[in-house]
Amino acid sequence: MTASRSERQTVAQPGEAVEIAPGVHWIGVLDPTLRAFDIILRTANGTTYNAYAVRGRDGVAVIDTVKAGFAEEFFARLESVARYDEIRVIVLNHLEPDHTGALPELMRRAPQAKLYISTRATTMLKALLKPKDDERPFEYETVGTGDEVSLGDRTLRFLHTPFLHWPDTQCTYLVEDGVLFSGDVFGCHHCDSRLFNDRCGDFRFAFDYYYAHIMRPFKTYVMDAIKLIEPLTLKIIAPTHGPILRDRPRRSLTRYRELSSASFSERIDNDERSLIVFYMSAYGNTARMAEAICAGAEEAPGVRVSLYDLEGGELQPFVDLIESADALALGSPTINGDAVKPIWDLLSSLAVIDLKGKLGAAFGSYGWTGEAVRMIEDRLRGLKLRVPVPGVRVKLIPTDEELDACRDFGRALAGAIVSGERGKVIDFADLG
Amino acid sequence: MAKAKITFTDIDQTVNVPAGTRVIEVSEKIGAGIIYGCREGDCGTCMMHVEEGWNNLTEPSVLEEKVLRENMASRHDRLACQAQILGDCRVKPA
Repeated sequence: MTASRSERQTVAQPGEAVEIAPGVHWIGVLDPTLRAFDIILRTANGTTYNAYAVRGRDGVAVIDTVKAGFAEEFFARLESVARYDEIRVIVLNHLEPDHTGALPELMRRAPQAKLYISTRATTMLKALLKPKDDERPFEYETVGTGDEVSLGDRTLRFLHTPFLHWPDTQCTYLVEDGVLFSGDVFGCHHCDSRLFNDRCGDFRFAFDYYYAHIMRPFKTYVMDAIKLIEPLTLKIIAPTHGPILRDRPRRSLTRYRELSSASFSERIDNDERSLIVFYMSAYGNTARMAEAICAGAEEAPGVRVSLYDLEGGELQPFVDLIESADALALGSPTINGDAVKPIWDLLSSLAVIDLKGKLGAAFGSYGWTGEAVRMIEDRLRGLKLRVPVPGVRVKLIPTDEELDACRDFGRALAGAIVSGERGKVIDFADLG
Repeated sequence: MAKAKITFTDIDQTVNVPAGTRVIEVSEKIGAGIIYGCREGDCGTCMMHVEEGWNNLTEPSVLEEKVLRENMASRHDRLACQAQILGDCRVKPA
């Protein structure tokens, strides 16, 4: 029978678990006053730490816990649906502290329960629990894709989904009921006591924002996880943050697929490589260098060159551009011994994208000292970009010869981009 | 100096390296899919699977063995931040 509208309007109340499927309860907590998560993420209405209890014929499974400061609220909800001696299974989908804060106390209260973690989580578990020599060793089992644990009439099946967003991440699927406990995957920082996606306020922006900051650097792994999740019958997706997705849960998969395809198609053209040149220029000298570099690079067949004045754009679209580019060159004057702030702002915005395999380069005009170019190159290397061609620096106004050197620099950079074609054997010394 | 070829099969890229080079030094520059954490053999994040040439990497240290064991490594898994290349091999993220 379909639940009536009033039944579906369940709101989280203190000390009460909320049933999300027969015998499956939300036992998480609300954190409505949080405004910054892990320093880097903002949230306009807090977050939730979702945990779940699954009752089977042979016992209860607890899926994830909550942040340490919220443990008592979590235990109160858990106690409303299960006794501690009924808990046989504790599943940790990843070991981040916001989901494992209540774990030590849960293990104390339910000492018979066995932990199920992914194969990559062992070292983290030991670091988290720091067992003393005289303590009883805790029971745990590592599981991978396809492994199952039975609760009698119900089965939990594990899916190994590494790097979403921790190395040890896994998802847990309640086979008989089509519930996917997805960990941080498909989650978001949005706090709404109405809990379910068909009752909460519009949180779509929070869903996308969470993806952009948490999952985006691991797009390849997101696509691998989608392949594992896609064939499942999905009635409910129950993530560890934000609304429980019971209304058209598959839409979240579709959205993840869309977001994991690069912002622009992977390549501007199948056979073309992309070089983006950004610059800042106080007196037009670095700008002239940038134009000469572009002119040189454009001579290389198969390289599409784009030139942008950083002063004229917002950072975010530039980050999207870099994500789908093969190489970026940054030009900056040197002011007071440093590159200018917009360059550093751009470079500090690149942590949310996968930079593996991209090439980087730097150039710039200067008046006194010219440190900016080397500093940018160091930062590019720090971001694990390869810097194949040493940067060009020009004192004040570039001469014709110096502009020729810029064109040569552009040609060399384009050459390095093209020579990085897959399947070719390259020499370590040429990696720069 | 003796040379060896390492192939990162996930990106189909082969690099000629001086013998003794650590896998991490090559894989980051070439853009292979192995992900690194601590870079000092402790966290196990950079576990890779050696498809061919298992014997062409340096022997794992006692510490690496311990981290591999704790991370339930399969028989031909190694830590890319620790293993040095001595001869031809083919690797991919574990």
